Amino acid sequence: MTAKKMNSLQAVNSALAQAMAEDNKVLVLGEDVADREGGGVTGATAGLSTRFGDDRVKSTPISEQAIIGAAIGAALSGYKPVAEIMLMNFTTVAMDMIFNHAAKLRFMSGGQSTVPITIRTLTGAGWQTAGQHADHLEGWFAHTAGIKVVAPSTPADYKGLLLSCIQDPDPCIFIESAGSLFIPGEVDEVATPIPLGKARIVQEGTDITIVSWSSQVLRCQAALPALAEAGISVELVDLRTVSPWDREAVLASVAKTGRALVVHEAVRDFGPGGEIASTIAEELFGQLKAPVRRLGAPKSPVPFAKVLEDAYIVSPERVAEAVKALMA
Amino acid sequence: MAELSNAPAPSQEALVDIYRRMIRIERNDDAIRKTIRLGRLVMPYYSARGQEVIPATISSLLTDDDKICTIYRGIHDMVAKDMPLRPLWAEIAGRVDGTCKGKGGPMHLTHPETGVMVTTGIVGSSMPIANGLAWAAKLDGSKRVTIAYFGDGASNIGAFHEALNLASVWKLPVIFVCQNNGFAEHTRYENGTSVDFIAKRAIGYGMPGHTVDGNDPLAMYAAAHEAITRAREGEGPTLLECKTFRFLGHVLGDDDKYMTKEEKAAAIAKDPLPAFKAWLVAQGHATEDQLADMQAKIEAEVEDAQEFGLASPLPSVDELRRDVFAQEMPA
Ligand SMILES: Cc1ncc(C[n+]2csc(CCOP(=O)(O)OP(=O)(O)O)c2C)c(N)n1
Ligand SMILES: [Mg+2]
Repeated sequence: MTAKKMNSLQAVNSALAQAMAEDNKVLVLGEDVADREGGGVTGATAGLSTRFGDDRVKSTPISEQAIIGAAIGAALSGYKPVAEIMLMNFTTVAMDMIFNHAAKLRFMSGGQSTVPITIRTLTGAGWQTAGQHADHLEGWFAHTAGIKVVAPSTPADYKGLLLSCIQDPDPCIFIESAGSLFIPGEVDEVATPIPLGKARIVQEGTDITIVSWSSQVLRCQAALPALAEAGISVELVDLRTVSPWDREAVLASVAKTGRALVVHEAVRDFGPGGEIASTIAEELFGQLKAPVRRLGAPKSPVPFAKVLEDAYIVSPERVAEAVKALMA
Repeated sequence: MAELSNAPAPSQEALVDIYRRMIRIERNDDAIRKTIRLGRLVMPYYSARGQEVIPATISSLLTDDDKICTIYRGIHDMVAKDMPLRPLWAEIAGRVDGTCKGKGGPMHLTHPETGVMVTTGIVGSSMPIANGLAWAAKLDGSKRVTIAYFGDGASNIGAFHEALNLASVWKLPVIFVCQNNGFAEHTRYENGTSVDFIAKRAIGYGMPGHTVDGNDPLAMYAAAHEAITRAREGEGPTLLECKTFRFLGHVLGDDDKYMTKEEKAAAIAKDPLPAFKAWLVAQGHATEDQLADMQAKIEAEVEDAQEFGLASPLPSVDELRRDVFAQEMPA
């Protein structure tokens, strides 16, 4: 199998091309996604309409509700639409379609309906786009029964997991995140899907487990050299799928290390880290050497000013500090 | 300049005032772009160069009491509404003296003193909120009006349709001003919009709708005058579709390959700013010297604001705990 160096955005493009080539039921729709409009504002869908035709790759008006609705309808008719919602905050104007319909139609129809749609959406702080363009809302979706939430951090995972989302019989929201989008890595040209719900051990260790996902994994990774220098052996777990999450891998790791820190870019309070931390506490109470801790964004909208945005994001330094505090 | 038949002609003073607002927008826009290019400002910038006539004309018919809701491409709307430039610059620089203490940034300035109530980054969201402001004016027994600015692409989102219907049913003093620049990000008007003129959609919501040359101050003045008068007199909303062009693409740095070089060049050749200036002088409404003097004063104002904004202190990280709720959150 030939591998190529590419960034995560290119990996998304490569996954879409592979999925469309392998299965002519796969469709792409969203604002500006066709080549006539430049193949997506980030270029994620570049070349697809030229290669697979304008019927299968459709640019839409600025109508998120209509985008998700059309995806659901096509999915009910046997297609596998990949709908792009340019930025995650714009899912808010399509929430009825996502939450009341896509996520629930299978259950509410007694299993007759299936909605195999994938919603690709970009988000993340760091680009100074302020309060309406950068929220990590995976917790909202993870709280919803009937939708899977995927949030990779490396180009290979972006590709392999997107392929799985597209093939999955249920709706998936696939989160592309600013902090990891342009970091290059090796990706197979024809990739094997990576199963949903399976974590990846980024680094093995014995003293403490860090659980993270999406771009935040890279910020945790950046803290590792300093921690190694301090003589702390860290096991870093990239969850990759937020819902359903890999309980087995996380619990096995914490059972080994006895300490856990959950770190995400999303707001900490009532965030997805709470679910993971409390599961660890419930399952491993007697084996823990320290309380389970969480790090996340403060309960604030994403701020514009660079100094505030920097403080909003959990930095590698703060990860290292928290780990050291748990080891003390 | 096209003259509308039964339109009230703007006074000489009004014409010069429209030009003042246009050149203030343009000089400020130019300074922002230069400062970004020098790396002294880091921000996403949605220049409205080319669209100055629309808010300049409308604002010439408004008071500080009248409200506007605008969008990420909205700094021209704010400057036209006479927002002071010092807090504007401090905001786009992310500083404490900004209109929003640096928390909102260039896509989200708010300045209630000059009636800039909401600046949204979400396509379409200016309109439903403008309705509420207009409703409040009605409840207050006030004659103030509200302008909802938005783009052509925004006329395809649900918020537009819901807001127009409600405004019509409630007969609200609101004017829906669509700045139709022919593109929504990279999508050409006709590839995203079902009708040849957005103004036609007004029929479906039982309100007057007009398509206007948004680069012609006289046509704009006539249409805005009628819509604003109608709203002030309690006769309800109007949809104005103002045709224009954005000279600098969607966002600063975009290579606008989705438009042809010819159409861009043709639009820029019809730049309303020099054309209106020449017309004012030719008609004897102003002299070259008078306009040059006006421009020099504006340039000094912009320069002062820029220095002020870039010298303003950075916010403290404690600001993340303030303004989330009325009460500061504990550390
Ligand atoms: C609900 C929503 N969807 C998508 C976007 C991304 N977006 C920002 S501006 C824009 C184009 C808007 O075009 P138009 O309304 O014509 O205004 P213009 O930018 O031309 O002034 C899009 C799609 C957004 N901000 N909000
Ligand atoms: Mg437009």
